[in-house]
Amino acid sequence: MDEETLKFDAIVVGGGPSGMCAAYTMAKAGMDVAVIERGEYPGSKNLFGGILFTTILNKLIPNFWEEAPVERNVISRKFSYLTEDSQLAVELKTEQYNKPPYNNTFTVLRSKFDRWFSEKTESIFNENSFVFSGFTVIDVIKEGHKIIGVVTDKEGPMYADVIICAEGANSLLAEKAGLKKKPEPHDMVTGVKEVIALPSEIINDRFALAGNEGVAIEFFGKAVEGMVGGAFIYTNKESLSVGISCSIVDFTHKNINPNEVLDKFKEHPSVKNLLRGGETIEYSAHMIPEFGYDKLPDLVSHGIMLVGDSAGFVNTSHYHEGSNLAMASGVMAGETAIIAKQKGDFSAETLSLYKEKLNDSFVMKDMKNFRRAAKFLHANPQVLNDYPTTMVQSMVDYFTISERSKVEIRKDVIGGLIMDVKFIKMMWDMNKARKVLL
Amino acid sequence: MNIEEALKEPKKLTLEDKLFTVKYNPAKESHIKVDNEICKKCTTNRICLTICPAKVYELEEGHTEVHVSFENCLECGTCRVACTDNAIDWRCPQGGMGVCYRFG
Ligand SMILES: Cc1cc2nc3c(=O)[nH]c(=O)nc-3n(C[C@H](O)[C@H](O)[C@H](O)COP(=O)(O)OP(=O)(O)OC[C@H]3O[C@@H](n4cnc5c(N)ncnc54)[C@H](O)[C@@H]3O)c2cc1C
Ligand code: SF4
Ligand code: SF4
Repeated sequence: MDEETLKFDAIVVGGGPSGMCAAYTMAKAGMDVAVIERGEYPGSKNLFGGILFTTILNKLIPNFWEEAPVERNVISRKFSYLTEDSQLAVELKTEQYNKPPYNNTFTVLRSKFDRWFSEKTESIFNENSFVFSGFTVIDVIKEGHKIIGVVTDKEGPMYADVIICAEGANSLLAEKAGLKKKPEPHDMVTGVKEVIALPSEIINDRFALAGNEGVAIEFFGKAVEGMVGGAFIYTNKESLSVGISCSIVDFTHKNINPNEVLDKFKEHPSVKNLLRGGETIEYSAHMIPEFGYDKLPDLVSHGIMLVGDSAGFVNTSHYHEGSNLAMASGVMAGETAIIAKQKGDFSAETLSLYKEKLNDSFVMKDMKNFRRAAKFLHANPQVLNDYPTTMVQSMVDYFTISERSKVEIRKDVIGGLIMDVKFIKMMWDMNKARKVLL
Repeated sequence: MNIEEALKEPKKLTLEDKLFTVKYNPAKESHIKVDNEICKKCTTNRICLTICPAKVYELEEGHTEVHVSFENCLECGTCRVACTDNAIDWRCPQGGMGVCYRFG
């Protein structure tokens, strides 16, 4: 760092998981790093549903769970389809996930986790590296085509050989730097969430868990008023994370407020008994990028790389992975910056090594594989609505106890199904859905 | 918590109740500016009024101007994306100010 002009090897904008992984990677290599975070502390602006996927984190900080503020290790994933008054669910629960590394799936509360990760990163910083909290980056500084620094709302300008833009879903700086355009309503999802406090003994009893075990439940269908999106309940130590997330274009078309959708979800007969006695201790809202592989921004330009949500690295299929892609992209951008420093060349050509690394990794492979998922579900609403609703009703009828013989019931149910949903079209659609979504 | 409390139906919360759970570091100046000239020709049926999870946007009776209660903003960025007329100039609040999640 050069005292007079505040110059670093790298500036990371944003102290979320992607930015902190980039900073950690570069700090390990002895680089001078500045992380600039607009919140009072890293994590204070951040929330997510609740499952942190930690394959990357566990490589950076082996056995991190022994010291990090994780809530529970997830041993059970449940997928639940809701109709007006019924629920059909599959649950995978396995002891195989109940031992280190715990399937790299932990519930966390971001305000606590991000803060810990920031402190952990600071602990390996050299004397010229800092986390600047409470600083909003308002613009980039350009010299010709090259980005050479940033302007914050507090100090004077800060310079660096490379800027890693890790500002998250609402990526105003990447827009200012000319790397992406303002997103359209169908590019973004909005989630709202409540943290609902309950004693851990009650959570364990209610969800059939012991000790630190956790469950992640995803809900679809009526859970979000038939929109493209889902609802969730994740167990924390002494609270539940309860929320919904749907495309902004759907909220717009339905002319409905996200909080109303959340309230209706909480009232569903299959949901409300899980929340009994709970007290809401925080309400929150955040966006998720859903534009996918086909609309990725420019990931690299002279002196800048985009990572995490600002790049759009989220797998919005049923895997719901954002944190893992964020962390992986952060590490790869950090590694690229290290090589660029060795070469003394931070041009777009050298930095495009970052793109090569991404292409070779699960990040781009998954982005590519699920590129059509969101679009398909918007174009074929029957896949998330009519078909499963009919299936659930058929099952309700099938298991309804009466004096009729099982043979008669079966005939009626199957006959009804075929009449109801135009069976051939359904099989056709479901086959397409399998290809796009799985 | 005793068993009775744990089995109680949860209280229905209004949005105001929910916003009351959120910690804010109040900023003096609004980070959201709305161009009311554009709003006069709004093409989204005033989606800002509906979609904001914190109901920051309100239309006062008899007025055409949108009132912005920026202090309640959760900084999700949804309004800016939903207003396709680009009437909303949304910036991050001053560093350290605005919403400050304790759990997240
Ligand atoms: C409702 C919801 C549920 C989700 N559920 C899951 C889940 O269960 N599992 C999962 O893996 N992923 C989930 N995600 C996605 C996940 O949260 C993101 O993919 C992940 O947080 C991205 O990390 P990031 O570091 O790129 O961005 P962020 O975590 O958003 O971090 C960006 C940081 O940059 C800071 N910042 C922004 N602008 C500036 C600026 N101008 N100056 C300074 N600092 C700035 C912010 O304050 C923030 O700290 C969910 C997201 C939401 C919204
Ligand atoms: S801010 Fe946008 S959505 Fe709201 S009234 Fe104005 S133009 Fe319409
Ligand atoms: S950013 Fe979110 S909470 Fe704030 S005004 Fe816009 S929609 Fe409302």
